[in-house]
Amino acid sequence: MREDPEFYDYWPYHNRPKITWPNGARVAFWVAPNIEYYELNPPSNPYRQAWPQASPAVAGYSIRDYGNRVGHSRQMDLLDKYGIRGSISLSTALCDHHPEIIAACRERDWEFFSHGIYNTRYTYGMSGEQERSMIRDSMLSIHKHTGQKCAGYLAPALSHSEQTLDLFAEVGTELFGDQAAFYTCDLFHDDQPTPIKLRSEKKFVSVPYSLEMNDTIAFAVNKIEPRRYGEQLKRNFDRLYQEGAQSGTIMCIPTHNYQVSCPHRLKAFEEALEYITGHSDVWVTTGKEIASYFIDNYYETVLADISAKKGNNHE
Amino acid sequence: MSKNSKGLPDDYLHYPHRSYGMDHDRYSWSMLQNRQPVKWPNGASLAIWVNVAVQYFPLDQQGIPFKVPGGMTMPYPDLRHYSLRDYGNRVGIFRFLEAFDKYGITPTFALNTRLAQRTPYLMDILKERGNEILCHGYHMDALHYSGQDIVVEDALVERALNELRELSGQAVTGWLSPARNESENTPDILVKHNIDYFCDWVNDDMPYHYNTDSKSLIAMPLSNELEDRFVIINNQHSERSWGEQVCDACDFLLEEAKTQGGRILGINIHPWLLGQPHRIKYLEDTLAHIMDKPGVWSASASEIMQSWDQQHPR
Repeated sequence: MREDPEFYDYWPYHNRPKITWPNGARVAFWVAPNIEYYELNPPSNPYRQAWPQASPAVAGYSIRDYGNRVGHSRQMDLLDKYGIRGSISLSTALCDHHPEIIAACRERDWEFFSHGIYNTRYTYGMSGEQERSMIRDSMLSIHKHTGQKCAGYLAPALSHSEQTLDLFAEVGTELFGDQAAFYTCDLFHDDQPTPIKLRSEKKFVSVPYSLEMNDTIAFAVNKIEPRRYGEQLKRNFDRLYQEGAQSGTIMCIPTHNYQVSCPHRLKAFEEALEYITGHSDVWVTTGKEIASYFIDNYYETVLADISAKKGNNHE
Repeated sequence: MSKNSKGLPDDYLHYPHRSYGMDHDRYSWSMLQNRQPVKWPNGASLAIWVNVAVQYFPLDQQGIPFKVPGGMTMPYPDLRHYSLRDYGNRVGIFRFLEAFDKYGITPTFALNTRLAQRTPYLMDILKERGNEILCHGYHMDALHYSGQDIVVEDALVERALNELRELSGQAVTGWLSPARNESENTPDILVKHNIDYFCDWVNDDMPYHYNTDSKSLIAMPLSNELEDRFVIINNQHSERSWGEQVCDACDFLLEEAKTQGGRILGINIHPWLLGQPHRIKYLEDTLAHIMDKPGVWSASASEIMQSWDQQHPR
């Protein structure tokens, strides 16, 4: 175990070089629907149990299935209405279970990135070879079913090893060179992209994904009211939009169709989407497009600034 | 985890159910938006199913295999929780009945059989009203759970249903498990005892066919996320917010029904919670909002289920 994951150096939110998004936008805004499959009776993991009781865990399993049966189409209709292409954090076994959902996302040119195979199979306890094989399986599955070269990763159920990001980057390079596996959603340390240090020295970036704006964290962990969630989304946007005039920021709304697409929550969510997309200097985009744009335009500048700020001699 | 770890057993990376549809055979995979629209009687858009959980929490709670939410939490005798739950059946429910009559609601009562046995006066009133009664298990501490002996569970279901059928004078064809907890056998046992529909699974906003080892059940959509206990006790939201959430759901479903056919708003409520003097107003205001909308149809669970069933032959 380490004291620090050693992915990045301290980079103060102070006198940073200016980032400008395409067309002079101040905020890069993306929505990341998690489209997940939870198994009714998964094999046991020694570090984390999928369900609070022995199978059948009716309440937990069935509300997650609701997300796919009922919720998905509702959120998709809303994103269509506000011109947003989803960046899907995908339990890749869903390609096999529910191809109808994959087809609808493909029609809209949504991005697919890997969220493991099932959200009930955790990384904890896997050997490096097992984790590599799981990641490879998930990326091949995305390629087979969508033709996309998976660019991003969010570990299944946010379960990590020390090597997760290295393995993801390396498997991507093995399969598709620099065109795959160049960003992660697993880190929550910033409102701007950060270059990530890997053993392979591949250009690799952390794109802010936001735990705080995640509907499951809001509703199931923090247990807030739907209308308060809508308010938080608007206030989160307001501040990032204001600060984005100085240097471009990122706002992400990670969603789950079993949370935000329930009938009592959609109205507040829609109001927030309408509010955010109603502003002029917003780049409505995807995780992959943000990562690529940053790598192509700001990666070296930011690395140099991080390096310059390593000491304590701010001018 | 350590880099030197030998890893997990091989089966952790094997996925025997990774194929089209569900990872079990209890029901078929189907997306709500792709189904044939449902038509409710008289051209209604939204069926309103107000489900009242009328519960008995025994003082000598065994808590097998867990302490039921809403049950006893203190060392024996937990008089505070026992009597506060009892409040619902003595006081709260009469506030509910008045509100239902005022706003034209047809309620459905999900009764613990033990409560029906203990309160003949209340049973007479419910029988006289003629509203549908469904079985909510024997009592709140009589849980159905994974690994339960099938013979024991079968006897529990049989007792709960036989006695409630006798006391209510109704056929009692609906079921809601205490705490919505089930064993792997519960649906098969329910069908054997002439249950037509059950309300434990929350994976849809409309009914669907649920397979058992004999004929299929109908799974009825009774939201857990919208019930008063989940919102007010689990989430610690205000009673005002509960009302707003139900009204927002009602408005959303009415809108969706315009293009996708009939919908159901299932509201599960507890007299021991919303029946309190400081909360009853929010139930009343919510019912007023709903019943004021054109296109709503307040009906019993069975009426809604039968209308759907006629449009979906097995």
